[in-house]
Amino acid sequence: MATLTMTGAKPVPSTMQIAIKEAFLTAFLVFMLSFLMIGFETQAQQGQPLSYVTRFAAIVWGIILVPLGRILIVFNRHGRPMPALIGGGFAFLYLFGGAVIAILFDVLVIPFNDYFGEAAGAAGIPLPFADPIVDAIFGLGALYIVILGIQTMRHTAHGELTLAQREAKEARTALRAKQISMVLGPALLVTALVLPFTPWSDRVLVETMTLILTYVMLGWGLNIVVGLAGLLDLGYVAFYAVGAYSYAKLATEFGLDFWASLPLAGAFAAFFGVVLGFPVLRLRGDYLAIVTLGFGEMIRITLINWQAFTGGPNGITGIPRMTFFGVPFDRTPEEGTQAFHTLFGLEYSTMHRILFLYYVILGLALITNFFTIRLRKLPIGRAWEALREDETACRALGINPTNTKLTAFALGAMMAGFAGSFFAVRQAFISPESFVFLESAVILAIVVLGGMGSQVGVALAAVLLIGLPEVMRELSLYRMLAFGAVMVLIMLWRPRGLLAHREPTILLRRGGGKAKPRKAGATA
Amino acid sequence: MSFTAAAMAEPDDTSLLKVTHLTMRFGGLLAIDDVSFVARQREITGIIGPNGAGKTTLFNCITGFYKPTIGRLELFRDGKVAYLLEQMEGYAIGQKARVARTFQNIRLFAGMSVLENLMVAQHNKLMLASGYTVFGMLGLPVYRKAERAAQEKAVHWLERCGLIDHADLSAGNLPYGAQRRLEIARAMCTDPVLLCLDEPAAGLNPRESAELNQLLLSIRDETGIGVLLIEHDMSVVMGISDHIIVLDYGKKISDGTPAEVQRDPAVIRAYLGEEEKE
Amino acid sequence: MEYFTQQLINGLTLGSIYGLIAIGYTMVYGIIGMINFAHGDVYMIGAFQAMIVFLICGALGLTWVPLQLALMLIMAVIFTAAYGWSVERLAYRPLRGSPRLAPLISAIGMSIVLSNYVQLAQGPRPKPIPPVIRGGFQIMESDAGFVVQLGYLQIVIILLTVALMAIFAYLIAKTPLGRAQRACEQDMKMASLLGVNVDRTISLTFVMGAALAAVAGMMVTLYWGVNEFAMGFVAGIKAFTAAVLGGIGSLPGAMLGGILIGLIEAMWSAYFSTEYKDVAAFGILVLVLIFRPTGLLGRPEVEKV
Repeated sequence: MATLTMTGAKPVPSTMQIAIKEAFLTAFLVFMLSFLMIGFETQAQQGQPLSYVTRFAAIVWGIILVPLGRILIVFNRHGRPMPALIGGGFAFLYLFGGAVIAILFDVLVIPFNDYFGEAAGAAGIPLPFADPIVDAIFGLGALYIVILGIQTMRHTAHGELTLAQREAKEARTALRAKQISMVLGPALLVTALVLPFTPWSDRVLVETMTLILTYVMLGWGLNIVVGLAGLLDLGYVAFYAVGAYSYAKLATEFGLDFWASLPLAGAFAAFFGVVLGFPVLRLRGDYLAIVTLGFGEMIRITLINWQAFTGGPNGITGIPRMTFFGVPFDRTPEEGTQAFHTLFGLEYSTMHRILFLYYVILGLALITNFFTIRLRKLPIGRAWEALREDETACRALGINPTNTKLTAFALGAMMAGFAGSFFAVRQAFISPESFVFLESAVILAIVVLGGMGSQVGVALAAVLLIGLPEVMRELSLYRMLAFGAVMVLIMLWRPRGLLAHREPTILLRRGGGKAKPRKAGATA
Repeated sequence: MSFTAAAMAEPDDTSLLKVTHLTMRFGGLLAIDDVSFVARQREITGIIGPNGAGKTTLFNCITGFYKPTIGRLELFRDGKVAYLLEQMEGYAIGQKARVARTFQNIRLFAGMSVLENLMVAQHNKLMLASGYTVFGMLGLPVYRKAERAAQEKAVHWLERCGLIDHADLSAGNLPYGAQRRLEIARAMCTDPVLLCLDEPAAGLNPRESAELNQLLLSIRDETGIGVLLIEHDMSVVMGISDHIIVLDYGKKISDGTPAEVQRDPAVIRAYLGEEEKE
Repeated sequence: MEYFTQQLINGLTLGSIYGLIAIGYTMVYGIIGMINFAHGDVYMIGAFQAMIVFLICGALGLTWVPLQLALMLIMAVIFTAAYGWSVERLAYRPLRGSPRLAPLISAIGMSIVLSNYVQLAQGPRPKPIPPVIRGGFQIMESDAGFVVQLGYLQIVIILLTVALMAIFAYLIAKTPLGRAQRACEQDMKMASLLGVNVDRTISLTFVMGAALAAVAGMMVTLYWGVNEFAMGFVAGIKAFTAAVLGGIGSLPGAMLGGILIGLIEAMWSAYFSTEYKDVAAFGILVLVLIFRPTGLLGRPEVEKV
């Protein structure tokens, strides 16, 4: 992955010389990064001054292993993949396998909360790092080296591509993204529709999927703003919060039910979008980003401090739960009224409400999707995309940039408002904690990782970013680390997003069968 | 001083744009210095001058990207002043006064298809027909009809500009000459009354350049709109302009028919330098 | 009046810290046009490393305060600079020439990685250290007995900031590195054609930004006396706000913006409410941007068409 460029017209050094030089540089860097932060673990104990314990063994292992990997990469880069395959393969098997055994051993034999390091010793495998997860991470690094080796073997190695080659590669990637989307989209939809009724579905799964779908909807909503109109919004969560608090207040103060509040919450959020957007949409690119970020924080701080209206940091509790269009899901309905299970003559089950919530968010998300796809093909949608491409040209064509941006901003906000209402009715409790910047960042990441403008891509990214951490709850502490790392790695691997491709909104020759069979320009 | 007469000529029924005492100052730099002229319908008005003479700045003033420091830009419709361009928002000049332009450094919607570029150009009309999106969302026939008409107009201009085979390609992938023509087609799709072309022949080969001449002449003859043309390629300007304005250091130094301008000593001095004075 | 003077002193101290972080944002933005979201976390790592050096000094028996300070400063700067370099090398350089949002997402991811890395390596609890520099001058006293304090530490912070700014201004204006940097800011491709090593210049920009953030981290460790892994986010946001307020890309602007944000915070907390001090800072940013879209000292962008 990394290349240090050599300068100067000295005689060409041998691979070994380069490898040794780079290994020393790498060792130095590892030392610099780890000496203070890893070598000394500060410990804060109640009533005692701050102290530290040293962990030099870990640094030594790092300084040995990372440069070794570096040497393998250098050899691989010079067309000799065997060391990478063998060395990397061995390291991967030993470190990753050993770590897995140690973790399993720990889970199975040693009581749950015991110290991991002893477990590794107990499993009888001497691993370099006390924490087997760190061993596993190093193992994955070794796997990466093996993959590089395999790429070299198959002559698909990295290296400088000409512009034409790069364009061709991009076109191929876009075409593949299009093909994958065409299969994956319906597959995801069918899965979403039937999964709750398959045998291996349970409460946890349905709730996780409900969560994922909430983010899918938010992603699709933000896609209008970022993907189509090209406005970088880092405070999207503010509108989510407006929607959530709107429903909470309407339901607790005025006794409106979810279905009556939903349009109002959406309208409030859109109104906020217009009010916030109007002064700032003249700003370009990154200025808009920081101002929206600022607005997001301002709304959160206001929610924390406006005790009388928002309940402050404690939030709003006892928000009325979801009803089946007015019919509650209670076990024991009030005298003379129906509950969902009595209405349909079913056995009472808590799953009814959970399943209904699931299908509500699925429906809301699909409506958002339908709405967006259709908007894209209307003049307003084309104007958004044109603005994203070139605002100056738009003005020259007589398009009012401010109004056009405002509609995108307001519609995106409205979607977030709907999603926010749903969030409030699902949780029955909301507090400012749920509306921090990280949420905005996650939603933006879903849009960008998915491939800007790609609806299926957004859904896929939401499954990856929201679903995986839920699955990986076991790794509790490493969860967020992995989350951030996945964001970085996907961007490095696919800078345009996972499924980046763009279909024209109108084609002169549908299908292109009869006339010249040209491939429609598929650049995103 | 034959050109003063032309400059002060009273606007008549064929006048389209009257520029009076236009001055544009950037800090200490006087980019345009008291320029006045009249552009007419059914005429190609060429604007020439050495680099840095203020030609593009003049366009930017006319199309609302800059607010002129001093001066008046009157757009006529049916012989009467209809719009004062210097007082209008940039986008409204395109939308209401219907002045269209192209750019020296091509500004297409590179990621969108050629056809989409032309549909975007008809945004305001389509927006109205789509009932500000409501009718369009519902798929009402009134919108569908408007969209079909818009597509027909786009196809018309694609054919005229020789781009019909590229309609579904993304604009950024077109060859350079085709991108230039697409910009003209896109500007024409806005139904302009005045078309401002900023160096449309730059970077074209002689054959493409000749085709461009034909295209501009036919646009003038068939639609009867006025064309303002900035161009360095003298064969283009002299070949097709009905009327030429010469700028140098922000000042107008000559104004007249191509033949008149070519003979004007001030122009020769500006282009060929001081030796010619001898 | 006395109360006001005290807030002025506090605001200037806080503003110096914000300003130093803001320079990192503004330099990176100036040269590659991206918001380096991980910069706040680099500052946090700087604070942690300064704190660890302080603890090591204690363990080694080095109790002479100037020596402690010098060691904290030098070690934090060197070791944090390595983080600045690595972040650019791993997460941003491969994305040069990619769509505009790719490095931004990579930066957000990097920010999450760094703060969680520190949480794992150093534990989630806040880490308090005892005050290193105590005392100060009493510069005035009101009739009601309100004493205006100018702490020695505040003097150190402000003087150090001024000194660093002077060194920095010299570096950018007079050295080959500064020239290379300004050239890359104008036109990266042209600069590389003229023999400027663009990669190295960008790397050094990140290194310098990280070094200044480490100084800010050291100052904040001494000033507040407590560090935690999540402290980078809020400081980073404020510093970025400062950079935009001052006009992004402008070094004096970053410092001015930092000091303004510091003063706004101090004054708003003193005269209105502590709760809404961040709202005030953002509100003023929005107002400034509406009336002066390029910030206070930013060069107005003349649109080229």
